[in-house]
Amino acid sequence: MDQLLFASEVFINGLMTGVMYSLVALGFVLIYKASGVFNYAQGVMALFAALTLVGIMDGQVPFAHLINAAFGTHLSHFSWTVTPILAILLTAAAMVLLAILIEKLVLKHLVGQEPIILFMATIGLAYFLEGLGDVMWGANIKTLDVGLPQGISDTVEQVTANWLGYGFFIDRLDIWATIIAALLVAALVAFSQYTKQGRAMRAVADDHQAALSVGISLQFIWIMVWSIAGFVALVAGIMWGTKSGVQFSLSLIALKALPVLMLGGFTSIPGAIVGGLIIGVGEKMFEFFIGPLVGGATENWFAYVLALIFLVFRPQGLFGERIIERV
Amino acid sequence: MFYREAGDFKTSYRDDGQTFPIKLDRWGYYAILAVAIFVVPFVINDYWASAILLPFLIYAIASIGLNILVGYAGQVSLGTGGFMAVGAYSVYKLMTSFPEVSVIIHILLAGVITALVGIAFGLPSLRIKGFYLAVATLAAQFFLVWLFNKVPWFYNYSASGQITSPQRTVLGWAVTGSAASPAAKYLICLAFVIFAAWVARNLTRGMIGRKWMAIRDMDIAAEIIGVNPLSAKLSAFGVSSFFVGIAGALLFAVYLGAAEVTEAFGINKSFLVLFMVIIGGLGSIFGSFAGAAFLVILPVFLKNLLVGGFGWPTDLAAHIELMIVGALIIFFLIVEPHGLARLWRLVKEKLRLWPFPH
Repeated sequence: MDQLLFASEVFINGLMTGVMYSLVALGFVLIYKASGVFNYAQGVMALFAALTLVGIMDGQVPFAHLINAAFGTHLSHFSWTVTPILAILLTAAAMVLLAILIEKLVLKHLVGQEPIILFMATIGLAYFLEGLGDVMWGANIKTLDVGLPQGISDTVEQVTANWLGYGFFIDRLDIWATIIAALLVAALVAFSQYTKQGRAMRAVADDHQAALSVGISLQFIWIMVWSIAGFVALVAGIMWGTKSGVQFSLSLIALKALPVLMLGGFTSIPGAIVGGLIIGVGEKMFEFFIGPLVGGATENWFAYVLALIFLVFRPQGLFGERIIERV
Repeated sequence: MFYREAGDFKTSYRDDGQTFPIKLDRWGYYAILAVAIFVVPFVINDYWASAILLPFLIYAIASIGLNILVGYAGQVSLGTGGFMAVGAYSVYKLMTSFPEVSVIIHILLAGVITALVGIAFGLPSLRIKGFYLAVATLAAQFFLVWLFNKVPWFYNYSASGQITSPQRTVLGWAVTGSAASPAAKYLICLAFVIFAAWVARNLTRGMIGRKWMAIRDMDIAAEIIGVNPLSAKLSAFGVSSFFVGIAGALLFAVYLGAAEVTEAFGINKSFLVLFMVIIGGLGSIFGSFAGAAFLVILPVFLKNLLVGGFGWPTDLAAHIELMIVGALIIFFLIVEPHGLARLWRLVKEKLRLWPFPH
């Protein structure tokens, strides 16, 4: 009985982790649907957003390290700090600027290239952003606190202790992340279904040429999609940054989002959510039951192997569009 | 004037199909080979060997291997680091289990073992294509690295979890271990590079290479005209992994001497080799060399410039180096998506006409 309850606690924690994976995967899906670009830099964008947010909140001088090295000065911080809400807005603006720059400097010149070339370009972008984030804000590990509640939820523990005689340990941050992710997805769905821009976005996703011919500006849509992906990255960055500190390893969550995408299908928003939940629960349960037998740390590869086995039976993922190939 | 086919008469089919049809190219190739074999070993020093020449040669083998898979057969793989780890750990197990057998045979066997592992992880490519496959090969990367970390048998139960290459000799010269001279290390790597380039060149221009290219260009069409996708894809995975495994074995046994799997064969290695292939040029043996040279020399150059030239702190220089590498990759993809090999071909075209413009 205890074992079962413990397993269900692991299950719930897996669900919460899965939500976090879904958040990152969502950014991939949005860009892939709208521009056919498989954006490897999504994880680094989350890192960059989180770094910028912390930097603005603490009033750091951008490029302080570089300026100090070049001119022998000793800059580090401005004398002010910024409230979280304002800092989040400023960071969102920075992500829009980033989206515009990416469109103008990179994507525009690569129109019509093969997908693999575009994919490589985003890996280059990931390297660049990683370096830029470190040069701009310093490479030390930072703590991020935008006022989200953290720590083990007492309420959940007490309620479950009363009902089942066993208190569930669930992080309040995870609960909040789930709520915020749900709101974000609802907002995205509403945006793409009920607004003019959303409709244009779906048209571009469906067929670039046809969308162009009815007067939709591809450039605008791309900037918009990359901005939205930037917001999603910002949200993911806030969640993961609050959870485990803002540092390089934050960008590695992109690698966790990839099997989620494979499982759910590259083109499906529900797929990203369901895939994230399956991977989150699957890897926690696998680590819980099988992990001790094989030496642990199975979380690194379990998601990939699961996705790989799954794909052999269903090559387009759970909800992906059916792949039809013609010669 | 001097770079012409004219006057160089081909009297047999064999002459006509040779790799370097222009005389100057041919002589240039022999000259480079002669310098590499007979001059460089006598002037080489420790810095040049460990900073530039050894990594260049080893990554050239890995790039040739990956280029066969990505450039010729069109199957994108992000598992190169994992396959290099297979090569490194097989050569380690072979070297420690059979010390009396020559290390050359060990390295070749390590390649064969890696080829088998590569074929196993290549099996999904029959069902999965494109990005799905690229991501699926990451499964190989993460699973293999985890395996070598968690199963103590692979690192002979050493306390640190590291593998250290014991000293082995070829013709009386130490090529691995701390006593090996730079020249000996260089020569053994060079021998494998020449072997790899020779095999790869002749495979890719023969029937099997044409099958790979047919699969790359349109796999369904290739299947219809009678190319067996099973044998073509799996042979590409096998041959590619064979070279990648040799590169991994050399990287560990000759170059690094000691290795820890997450650090030496992590995901970054996969990306590094993929960048070499892309920047050098997909589907070109010369491109593999050019890409490897570019990405080996660039960090050394940037480090010398930023740390040595400007006196900036090393961590800042490392971050700026990341930015520059990233920006250069994007720049290259925009300017010349077909890589350095295409630029080289354009230069040669111009040279054939020189001094006339058309």
